[in-house]
This record gives sequence, C-alpha cells and structure tokens, in this order.
Amino acid sequence: MRHIISILIENEAGALSRVSGLFSARGYNIESLTVAPTEDPSLSRMTIVSVGSEDIIEQITKQLNKLIDIVKVVDLSESAHVERELMLVKVRATGKDREEMKRVADIFRGHIVDVTESSYVIELTGNTSKLDSFLKAIDTSLILETVRTGVCGIGRGDRILKV
Amino acid sequence: MQLTGAEIVIRCLQEEKVEHVFGYPGGSVLFIYDEFFKQDQIKHILVRHEQAAVHAADAYSRSSNKIGVCLVTSGPGVTNAVTGIATAYMDSIPMVVLTGQVPTQYIGQDAFQEADTVGITRPCVKHNFLVKDVKDLAVTIKKAFYLAKTGRPGPVLVDIPKDITAQKCDFHYPKTVSMRSYNPVVKGHTGQIKKAVQLLLEAKRPMIYTGGGVILSDAGDKLTKLTRQLGYPITQTLMGLGAYPATDKQFLGMLGMHGTYEANMAMQECDVLLAVGARFDDRVIGNPEHFGRNIRKIIHIDIDPSSISKRVKVDVPIVGNVPDVLDEILKQIEATGGKPEAKPLAVWWKQIEEWRGINCLKYKMDKDIIQPQYVIEKLYEVTGGDAFVTSDVGQHQMFAAQYYKFDKPRRWINSGGLGTMGFGLPAAMGVRFANPKAQIACVTGEASIQMCIQELSTCKQFRLPVKIINLNNGYLGMVRQWQQMFHGNRYAESYVDALPDFVKLAEAYGHVGIKVEKPDDVEPALREAFVKHKNELVFLDFIINPEANVFPMVAAGKGLSEMILAEDL
Repeated sequence: MRHIISILIENEAGALSRVSGLFSARGYNIESLTVAPTEDPSLSRMTIVSVGSEDIIEQITKQLNKLIDIVKVVDLSESAHVERELMLVKVRATGKDREEMKRVADIFRGHIVDVTESSYVIELTGNTSKLDSFLKAIDTSLILETVRTGVCGIGRGDRILKV
Repeated sequence: MQLTGAEIVIRCLQEEKVEHVFGYPGGSVLFIYDEFFKQDQIKHILVRHEQAAVHAADAYSRSSNKIGVCLVTSGPGVTNAVTGIATAYMDSIPMVVLTGQVPTQYIGQDAFQEADTVGITRPCVKHNFLVKDVKDLAVTIKKAFYLAKTGRPGPVLVDIPKDITAQKCDFHYPKTVSMRSYNPVVKGHTGQIKKAVQLLLEAKRPMIYTGGGVILSDAGDKLTKLTRQLGYPITQTLMGLGAYPATDKQFLGMLGMHGTYEANMAMQECDVLLAVGARFDDRVIGNPEHFGRNIRKIIHIDIDPSSISKRVKVDVPIVGNVPDVLDEILKQIEATGGKPEAKPLAVWWKQIEEWRGINCLKYKMDKDIIQPQYVIEKLYEVTGGDAFVTSDVGQHQMFAAQYYKFDKPRRWINSGGLGTMGFGLPAAMGVRFANPKAQIACVTGEASIQMCIQELSTCKQFRLPVKIINLNNGYLGMVRQWQQMFHGNRYAESYVDALPDFVKLAEAYGHVGIKVEKPDDVEPALREAFVKHKNELVFLDFIINPEANVFPMVAAGKGLSEMILAEDL
C-alpha cells in the first residue's frame, strides 16, 4: 500500500543523505521525497511517499525514528490528511492547440505562467492522480517538458506535527 | 583560557576518564598527537594497522563497561578503520572513533589523503559528526560519548579537520547533554510487563532465549535470578554467551546454526518464548517460516523497537532497557506470588533431558590426530574456565562457543554479526588493556590469524601475554565444510597453501612459538603456555584434523529443528 511519511528532521548538513541512505541500504522503495526548512529554520520537514506492506512500513518508521537527527516521524496516511503536488508542464501551443491547451488547463484549474509564441508553461497543483490525469488529457506529443515536486502532505484538523 | 582544538580533544578524553586510546598517527592528526606527547594521563596504544586499532577499542568495550576509543588519520586511516567500525556496529558495541580530516578549506577538493569519512561510515555507525567550528568540538565529543553508550549502543565517529585542531577557543566541557531528537526509552510499559508475567507463569513449555543485549546492559545477574526463580530452560545466542552460567543445569547451550540439539528443539517446541536482548537473526532461528509453524506466544524485550517484529511477529513487545524490565518482571512476580505449574514443567524438562541425552556435541577422539574440540576442552580445563576468549571467524569460533563454557559475561569476545576475520588478535589486545591481569586466549585459525598478524608487533611493544590458540587445519575450515556439504566436495580456493612456519614467525616477532601435532601433547603445551610462559605471548600452532566439521548444523534457509548431526554424515 502507498504511505505518506512525514518527518521533522534537524536541518543539518548530511541529514537528507542519512534518510535516503537508509532507504537504499535496506531496500525500501521511495516514490517521491520532498524536503525544505520549516518556519523554525533549525528544522526541516520531509515528506516521503513509499509503497510497501504494513510490516515494511512499520520497519521504515522504526528505522527512521532510530536516526539520531530525526525528531519526529508520522505516517500521514493512517488518518485524514491533505496531500498536494505541484507540476510545471511546458507544452507546444500553436495553431488550434493553443486554444485547446488553455481550455484543458482551465478545466484542471491550472495556470499558464509563461507564454511564448509557440509554448505555454502550465502550473498545476493537486494530488498525484489529478496531475496524472491532466497529462493523460492532453495530447502527449505536445508535451515538451514536465517537472513535479513530489508529494507534500499535512494532517487534517487537530493532527499537528510539531516539536 | 583558550585552548587549541587538539588540546580540547585531549581534555575531553580526560573528562570522560579515558585511560587508553588505540590509534595510528598521520598528517591530519599531528596536532592531536602532539598533545598526546605532552601529557601522560591517557596512554596511546600504537597499533600496526588501523583496523586493529578499532578492533582493540571495540574489545576494550566488550570486555569491560568502559568505552573504547580509537584515533586514526584521514583518508586511508579511515578506510582501513571501516571494517572495524562495521564490526562494532553490527554487534552494537559502544565506541568512539576520532578521525582526522583534511583542513576545512580543502574538503571537496580531492586533497591528499582526503576521503568522505562521514559519507563512507554513515551506514555503519550509530551516528557521525563532522566538526566545522572549533567552538562545537567539545560538545560534539560529549554527544559522541553520550550516544555511544545510551539506548542501543554503537560506534559514534567524530571527524575533525586539521585546521580545527589548530584553532583556539574557550574550553568548557558540558556535564550533561540533551538532544531533542534522541530520547531512548528505559522503563518498559507496565501493562505489557503484566501481560508478560501472566504468560510466563501460565506456560506449559516455557523457554528463555537471550542475546548480546543482556551482556551489553550488564543484566546477567537479573537474568540469572529470574531464570532460577522460574526454573525454566535457557539458551543463548553467540553474542549472549556468559550472561547465564553455562555450567548450570538449566542452560541448554547455544542455539542456532551450530546450536545444541536440545536448545534448538526447545526453541521450536516451546509454547511461551521469552526473548531478551536478542534479534531472531537468520543464524539463530533459521528459516522464519519454518519457525512460525509451531504456535507459541513470544515476549520480546529489547531497547530497540526496530528489532521487535522485524523477522518474527511477537505477541508481547516490551521496549526498554533490559535490566529495568527484568527488575519489573521480578517485582511483579513477587507481588502476584504466582508460581509456574510444576507438573507440566516437569514433563517439559523430561522431554528436554531426552533431547539432551543425544549428546550432540560428542566427537570421536583420535590417537594420532588432534581434534579441534579437544583443544578447546583442554583450554577450558587449563584456564579454569576463567579466561577471556577472543576469536576470529569460522570453525574455530564455533568450536570455542560450543566447548568453552562461559560462566561470566564479557568473557567471550567475537565478531558475531559482521563475522570479521582478523578480529581475534587485536581484540585480545583490547581485552588486555581493559583487564590488565586477565588470562587471555585468542582462538583462531591459520587463515584468520593472517588477516591481522602484524599485531604480533604491537603485542611485543606493549608486552601483552596473549595466548594464541591456532587451530591449524590448512583450510578455510568453514568454507571447506560448506563446500563439502553443499558444493559436491569441490574445495574451491579453500586450501591455504604456502603457510608460514608459525613458530618461526612468532619468534621473529620476539614471542614464543610452540607447534603441537599429537593429541597427547595438547594439554602439556597449554600448560607450558599458560604457566611457564605466563607473562609472554605464546603462539600455539595446533595441527588439527584437516576435515573436522562443526555439528550440529542447520543449513542456511532450513528450519531450526532440521539439524544435521555428526552421525548423520
């Protein structure tokens, strides 16, 4: 099953490599990993999406907790949460494709953030499947480039991940 | 007063009451060595290869409750040390490794003797640090000692660039240190312990299985008390030997791949299993699916939550420091006044005695050829069962574990997890510095000993009267045994050709060498080594049965009760 693991980690050099090294050393899978400092600059927040059986996910959270730099670990997917991913897509936009591309971007509530005579850059946020659907909805031969941030997530309501 | 980084390193070690540092100098650590030169509180032990410095520091920790410290230079100093660090990590041995690094401004420039120490060692340390500011040096060293010995212990490395050791700042050594991200659990959950006590007292076929965690947490006395009070059978892993006296009737011997018949059968057939400071690894329980075929309730005490339910699902997990949890169990048993049921326990013991009756460790004596088992039995007699025994890795290691009955913890020093050949001799050096009066035997083989043979020189320099018990069969014995049993007798590269004359080799280093070829000479030679040459290093080269095998054996991937016994072949 797919799990979203949220981590608070000391914002120190090498902290990210401890986490990524753990995953590769123990053969755990990473679908996406995002990391950035929090409002407290001494801490970073990391979101990892991983797929595995319950036993493996349990081991992943235990092994993560064992890393000295890690302050807290939460499996967000255990209860209600919000997840978002941001994608930038550069597409060819000429002739009749130009209007069509704008229309599809609007349907997906995307924004066109860069325009040239022949291309658009479309910004899209949503959960992973929404972004996937957008890519399916447009003519793939028109896609010039895509970049995605990977998932970040937060618990709903009273669930707060803080020191 | 302002001190240089190098002075701070020495002062920190003094504050930690460090008496010995095992090391090897080099460019990046010259300022630190200069400070060693100026003081005499801490003794520096110069080894002949960095791997040995780490093994010695590791065994220093294993054989005492002090923390071993080693110091090596940057680049090759560190890469040579990696095997030693990984060895300590796999067996959760507390240790502090100080490494020199090229000056801060050179890091990342492929400087002479530069290596990414923090990167290279990251997967085999509990934690590591790169000191980037001399002001952080003291607190970092404090953290290193704190992390090494608390929670699940392990090696901690501090990488110190050369310029930091020359810069100055005010010195203040913190009394305590706390880290928001590190809070190891000590006390076990009372409710879980209550469940455990109930299960234990209701057991019809109970079994106690303990590992290195009991030794590391000095919980031997409490374990012994609980085991005797309950009257239950107990077995120990390779890493756990000595926590419960091996000569006691309730002890069934070591379990696992080369465990005794009775220990492995009782593990398989028990209905309640109390696992303490052990991790159900592949060499211990064999195939986990086969192990799971018998229904039993498992109580697992361990300080590391990630060790629990990793390979085998447990029913009552108790995360906590072993002695604290055992204390609580003893207290609760006393409070409830409960006792195990005598009748089913007697039936269970009868079954165990039947298994024990097979006498799985018996071996055929020979008039002309020395059997390795016999050497260990005689070693046990001659040393009164009271020696510190270090070992390398292979058949000799298993023979030592099977035939030397360890009654005390911290006496059996071996590389269980990583299985590092070359460990035994430097480990014996570390043991000697931590226990200056102890008799020490290094049980080894002609292949293993050659992986750190250069340390005979260190032993000479520091007059270390280690007795080397070389079980010389002319083969990589354990490799050959597997090739015989599982690879159609094809002994690929397992014959050690062109062996040196070990007697002359020992003499060349200034030691005593004795070659022993007849069974009748085994005991006299051991007496000569341990009595006549008490204060010297003696290299005993026992020419043994070249094709002796270790039994019982559970083949890799097989179930614990699917043992091959000596008579099966």
